[in-house]
Amino acid sequence: MDMENQARVKAAAEKYNPEELVVILGGGEAESSGLAAETVTVGDPAFAGPLAGVSLGLKVYHILEDEVKEACDPKVYEEQIGMMEMVLDKEAITQEVRRIREQYSKY
Amino acid sequence: MLPVIKGAAYCLFHGPDLVMVSGTTYRTERIQNPNSDYIKAVPSRLRKFQDVVGYLPNQVYIGNIWPEDMPKYTRPWYENLIPDAKPQGPFGELVPQNLLYGVLKLADSFDLVVLEKDFQERIKPEMVATGLFQEQDFAKWKEGASLEAIQKEIETAHAEPLNLDGQLVGCVRRAHELDPALQAEVMLENLLAKATAVWTVRRFLKNTGFDPKEIEYIIETTEEACGDMNQRGGGNFAKSIGELCGLVNATGSDIRSFCAGPAHGMMAAAALVQTGVFKNVLVVGGGSGPKLGMNSRDHVKKGMPILEDMLGTFAIVVGENDGVNPVIRTEFIGRHKIGTGATPQAVMEALVAEPLARAGLKFGDVDRYAPELQNPEITEPAGAGNVPLANHKMIAALAVMKGQVPKAEMEAFVQAHGVPGYAPTQGHIPSGVPFVGYAREGILNGKYKRVMIIGKGSLFLGRLTNLFDGISFIIEPNIKETKPEGIDEEAIRSLVANTLRKVAEELKG
Repeated sequence: MDMENQARVKAAAEKYNPEELVVILGGGEAESSGLAAETVTVGDPAFAGPLAGVSLGLKVYHILEDEVKEACDPKVYEEQIGMMEMVLDKEAITQEVRRIREQYSKY
Repeated sequence: MLPVIKGAAYCLFHGPDLVMVSGTTYRTERIQNPNSDYIKAVPSRLRKFQDVVGYLPNQVYIGNIWPEDMPKYTRPWYENLIPDAKPQGPFGELVPQNLLYGVLKLADSFDLVVLEKDFQERIKPEMVATGLFQEQDFAKWKEGASLEAIQKEIETAHAEPLNLDGQLVGCVRRAHELDPALQAEVMLENLLAKATAVWTVRRFLKNTGFDPKEIEYIIETTEEACGDMNQRGGGNFAKSIGELCGLVNATGSDIRSFCAGPAHGMMAAAALVQTGVFKNVLVVGGGSGPKLGMNSRDHVKKGMPILEDMLGTFAIVVGENDGVNPVIRTEFIGRHKIGTGATPQAVMEALVAEPLARAGLKFGDVDRYAPELQNPEITEPAGAGNVPLANHKMIAALAVMKGQVPKAEMEAFVQAHGVPGYAPTQGHIPSGVPFVGYAREGILNGKYKRVMIIGKGSLFLGRLTNLFDGISFIIEPNIKETKPEGIDEEAIRSLVANTLRKVAEELKG
């Protein structure tokens, strides 16, 4: 996750109640999505950005996960995500992000 | 009449030592963490010239192997080099680093590139032997410098070193003491873009026999900015390139839109030709020094050689319809509008589905889609996946959503209509344009009936807008416009002229 996004997530976690905050990822690969999920839970694995050593433990989902899909207006989801749902490896991404969430999310 | 693609040239320049001088990944790490494992490992992971000659994606780039044939070769390509591969191809060539430094010196109008005396003398005959340079090109070269003098420039005047296999052979000096836009790092970057473009335009002229005097306008489409502190992007790369290629009748300018620049350039060239403003327009892009070794941290971590050691270039001439060369269908340009939105779906809808629908075409009517053509061997280890494949899957998925392709046939559609990635990750270089040469050849020999080139750009990188960008255009065979039988244009013209003359006489009384 780039420095700017790390700073944004950190600022949001400080401004709002972290328990009520959900990070939605949109990465195209399981590995990079997993790293982003790790960044907003355990902290920046590259130890380079504002979340280095900062364990926010936020709830984190990928936009392709069924829990997110069910929470969206089906028409909007189809319009915005329908194409990418067919393109990306939904299973691998879901599995990776869920693994990180279940292991490291505090909320 | 629709404009045509008169020809294209593509060259790659090997710059392994420049990974550690111009490449931003290395430069940044050197400042932050000069003793890191990455910094220590880089020199041992740089490739030799023979390794880049035998590297499949490079052979495809210069036209020796068609992109469709890439799946026949075993990956990783960097371990399965092509035996007996040649650095020359029908589109251009692979240029070794010593000659890159030579053309860098040739492109220097302000005495900023200094080469070591013996090295400078050694490369002259090699450059002449390429057939692209003559003795008079070197007339302005002063005698080269001593290594001590070069070392002094680097140590005391912030010059950037030019190394060959780790040995110092020259430097690039700053063009101003204080101006940040004219520091040696920036001058090296801009001179690399200019010099590599000069070589490729000369290669185009030599390969095609095109008369340089016939080119009337030049559009340069890299992502670099040349200027001083009062106008960092003032320009003009285009004219500086044309000046060294004998394009004496041309003027020109630079078009910028990150990676989508070349597609914008092609569109603008096509429009200028079709409207009769200019007969022949050159669209050109030189190489990017800062992007050398961009993903090298990941390559080193995964035990790979540093594959981003090539500067990519192209030169394409768009000209008046000659009845032979493939045409650009200017009436069906796809564009990412400001109101389009930035989701991949919205982008693909705007760039692919919308122009196809307007042209009354189905997704399957396009033989090949050429979007971002990055070499996957470079991007996959960095977690960015196979970019062209992802683009082709998006196009296939959009076709499924439009009910034009059954979902079960998505994979087959990707195979049949995609183009495997083979371009170096040089920003503007992979974005569709590398395939223009193949599209022209394929259409001329009947292999393709229709090709779509798709340029996409990430504007957020400039921190002025979060908007995305993109332009697409369709290339088709040149079908001669037929006139209905029985109509003689000359007779009609003479009839109209006679009638007007009579009316004028009657009015005169």
